[in-house]
Amino acid sequence: MNKSFTPATLLEIYRKGRLINLIDERFRGLLRSGRLAAVYYSPRGQEILAAAMGVHLQQTDYLVTTYRGIHDQLAKGIPLRPLFAEYYAKATGACKGKGGPMHITHPETGVMVTTGIVGSGLPIANGLAWASQLKKDGRVTLVTFGDGASNIGAFHEALNMASLWKLPVIFLCQNNLYGESSKYAKCTAVDNVAERAAGYNMPGVTVNGNDPEAMWRASGEAVARARAGEGPTLLEAKTFRFMGHYFGDPGAYIPKEEYDAHLARDPMPIARAAVLSSGAATEAELAAYDDEVNAKIDDALQFAADSPFPDVSEIDIDVYGAAA
Amino acid sequence: MSAVIDTAAKPEVITFTEAFSRALHDAMEMDPAVITLGEDIGDEEGGGIFKVTKGLSTKFGTDRVKTTPISEQAIVGAAIGASLAGMRPIAEIMLMNFITVPMDQIVNHAAKLRFMSGGQTHVPITIRTRTGAGAGTGGQHSDMLEAWFAHVAGMKVVVPSTPADAYGLLLGCIFDNDPCLFIEDQLTRTQTGPVPVKGEIIKLGKAHIAREGTDVSVIGYGRPVRDAMVLAEKLAAEGISVEVVDLRTVSPLDTETVLKSVAKTGRAVVIHEAPRSFGCGAEIAARIQESLYSELKAPVLRVASRDVTVPFSRVLEAAYLYQASGIEAAIRQTLEKRAAR
Ligand SMILES: Cc1ncc(C[n+]2csc(CCOP(=O)(O)OP(=O)(O)O)c2C)c(N)n1
Ligand SMILES: [Mg+2]
Repeated sequence: MNKSFTPATLLEIYRKGRLINLIDERFRGLLRSGRLAAVYYSPRGQEILAAAMGVHLQQTDYLVTTYRGIHDQLAKGIPLRPLFAEYYAKATGACKGKGGPMHITHPETGVMVTTGIVGSGLPIANGLAWASQLKKDGRVTLVTFGDGASNIGAFHEALNMASLWKLPVIFLCQNNLYGESSKYAKCTAVDNVAERAAGYNMPGVTVNGNDPEAMWRASGEAVARARAGEGPTLLEAKTFRFMGHYFGDPGAYIPKEEYDAHLARDPMPIARAAVLSSGAATEAELAAYDDEVNAKIDDALQFAADSPFPDVSEIDIDVYGAAA
Repeated sequence: MSAVIDTAAKPEVITFTEAFSRALHDAMEMDPAVITLGEDIGDEEGGGIFKVTKGLSTKFGTDRVKTTPISEQAIVGAAIGASLAGMRPIAEIMLMNFITVPMDQIVNHAAKLRFMSGGQTHVPITIRTRTGAGAGTGGQHSDMLEAWFAHVAGMKVVVPSTPADAYGLLLGCIFDNDPCLFIEDQLTRTQTGPVPVKGEIIKLGKAHIAREGTDVSVIGYGRPVRDAMVLAEKLAAEGISVEVVDLRTVSPLDTETVLKSVAKTGRAVVIHEAPRSFGCGAEIAARIQESLYSELKAPVLRVASRDVTVPFSRVLEAAYLYQASGIEAAIRQTLEKRAAR
């Protein structure tokens, strides 16, 4: 792992984050206007942490994520057309319209499972990592989950097993300080989720997930550790979600002062300013990048809109496969 | 089963436990993608509390045969994850009542990932588990919960009734491309039967006519089928011809074979060990009457265990459990009844 955090790396992270940011903005606009009808859990505010982790991963590495997972999927490299078409419930969607936003799968880019069951991805990630360990294929598995998920039993079972078996897995807890409408501190008995790593004899690292360099360093170490066969890491990225739990959540449970304080530290404008001051890109270049991304979004939205809905005969397909 | 028995020589037989064990050994030998995990299963731990996995870790190594912590969610989850990456994991859940712990992994993930991914991924795992009342193991170590899983699309549920079937069906599960629940009966584990042919897989989803007959079809799976076979022999002496349909795979149900049998006999008795209400028997009975109403000579009857918690006392446990005498009574009852036309 390259230890120096270069302007080029910062730019790469910003660009990944900006892709997420622009898509999220577009989706929320479409949802507001009723042109998109889907369950949606906005990642607004969590773009940089996903991007800073994403730059360390290979296409062949595995990702297990959650309903709030579009940032993770995009950072992993999922192409826009099948992703958008799945949100649009179309036959051309990644899952032929049968999974939906909460169950995005795209094995080509390593997006293996997206689950709507809190905490349930961790045990599955262990299995993917176990397979890599057996095959010695050098892949790592990233599993992401929220702060709330760290309180479910599967978390405990999975971390203990991963540590015992020295699995090549990274447990990324995205601590956005809320689980639905409940505050972190009301539900979690430790100040930092990563403190729990001590109970599993694995490294536990708490980092400001909104700081590109800090997140990049911590992610790089966790990925390198996993890849070297040294075992799992519990990495806790502190962050905040600006759009509430689900699209349409009024967020009345978040005190205004708290919200405003986080908004003042919104990672996207801060990362943009850092890119500009680092000299990695000019205003004009960033604007051109936005145009490029927006064109891709336009294309994928058009593709999704133009695609047919699944044929009703699909209902009986993929229930069972052909026997081996 | 089509083993030729030489009456001069002592027929070679194996127990259920040996059959399960042989299937695991042979599957691991046949395909390096077959791996297994569960509590106490390694040889250092004695090869599992029922010894089914004995010898596996010594022969195939502790990378492919993993003793786990007491973590049923992590066990099933790890099996699912490894299967997504091309392995054929076998997860042992020591006893069926413990399967209540990893229900999320089974119902929300194993069963659904193929469908929800639009066929991009699938979950070729086998969950082996053991259960059965009659051994005095009480309320939390005896339940037959197969109906829960049969109710979930995407799951396959398999219950063998002979050692040879146990072998072939376990191989069938391991090499099937969908998540399979394989249920081993703890009461009959030392009972014997003819030896299976090495490497011979019994394909899932197909019922087996265990005995041909013309008067009444007795339809079931697992232990009660063994009772039905004994009864059929006894009733034959009275001139009652019982056809025994061994489902082998409970779900997906081989409706075609069931209907063909009942169309022939006109009478059906559905049997299972699990409690009667909302059990698999209700589904089978419903399918029969939906298709064969006008051909039935008697109402379809069910014989099952009582709708109570499995009790500890042998006296009460026997009162809970379905009885062979109950199957016999039901057979006789169908023969007396005339369907109202
Ligand atoms: C097992 C389970 N319990 C409850 C829910 C309902 N639920 C969905 S998201 C959520 C909050 C999870 O919070 P967290 O893990 O912090 O993730 P975040 O949404 O903040 O990203 C809850 C309770 C669920 N989906 N699964
Ligand atoms: Mg949260």
